Amino acid sequence: MSEWHEIVQKVLKRSEVKLVTYVPDRVLTPLIDGIEGDPYFKAFATAREEEAVGIVCGAWMAGMRGVVLMQTSGFGTLANALASLAVPFQIPVLMIVSERGTLGEFNLGQALVCRTMRPVLESLAIENHTIARLDELEFILDRSIAQAVATQAPCAFILSPLLTGGKTFAS
Amino acid sequence: MAEIGNAKVMNRFDLTKRLVARLQHEEAVIGGIGNTHFDLWASGRRPQNFYMLGSMGLAVPIALGVALAQPNRRTIALEGDGSILMQLGALATIATLQPKNLVIIVMDNAAYQITGAQRTATAFRTDIAAIARGAGLAKSVWAADEQDFELLVERALAEDGPSLIAVRIDREPAVATTERDPAQIRDRFMRGLGVKK
Repeated sequence: MSEWHEIVQKVLKRSEVKLVTYVPDRVLTPLIDGIEGDPYFKAFATAREEEAVGIVCGAWMAGMRGVVLMQTSGFGTLANALASLAVPFQIPVLMIVSERGTLGEFNLGQALVCRTMRPVLESLAIENHTIARLDELEFILDRSIAQAVATQAPCAFILSPLLTGGKTFAS
Repeated sequence: MAEIGNAKVMNRFDLTKRLVARLQHEEAVIGGIGNTHFDLWASGRRPQNFYMLGSMGLAVPIALGVALAQPNRRTIALEGDGSILMQLGALATIATLQPKNLVIIVMDNAAYQITGAQRTATAFRTDIAAIARGAGLAKSVWAADEQDFELLVERALAEDGPSLIAVRIDREPAVATTERDPAQIRDRFMRGLGVKK
């Protein structure tokens, strides 16, 4: 079976999500490396996550699908950009969040900001899935990207340490 | 072309009208929060205009997204000084990517005018065009006066970008208020860009 990041890359490509913006994260490194090595994608780092949301919103309105890759603390900066841009303007911003703050977190700040993530998503009624199992990954991504586009609504994919291995004390 | 110290203080609505009059090729214009897009709205209801509500600071990133998705269309971000100060990192992203079709215009009145005219950092020692040059946007200049602004716009629309034009403006309020209907703004913009038929 493929690695999680190979599946994510494959589904993004198949779903024509060409624009990949990111603020880097250790866990996401193999995904970022894979995407940057594939000329299909237009991939680059931004200075902030909300900047990436703005870029993806502009690209969508001009005909190009995009995704923002980030870690939990990055999502913590996004409430205003989602509430005042992506949600009311009905723009299907895709978000892939590497989950920090749980299942062996060593940084209290990460553990606290992690607790804000799902309440923010729920309060804005943003579709979100926590993906913990490799065998469910492709189905969830495929169906949810199609749904986001069809319903013109943002969607967040939270990649659990159960899927990615996460970041541990030693690393 | 001028330095900040000898740039004439102009008027936002007047400059916005001058800009819009020069747009002949369905260029996309992203109007930043507040007075910036109010005056864009008042300058004519172009379907290629996007009016940002909330998300202060994101006009430049939105314009970058449009520019990347449609490299053959000129895209212009209209921002204020307070807004651009919130998202200076975006200038570095743009300097890295070097999108040829992106133009940034910063209307600088050295104040958060709409919230009560509290002074921004540009009222003191901060120079937006110099910051942009430092970020790596070599074509970042102050407009000396209205004629210079028109010349710089003409050049930015014809030559390879990215470019940034900073203008000093007065504190006149905007002349109208944009209709705040985000779904309609987005839908009209997408049709204006030919994405939806």
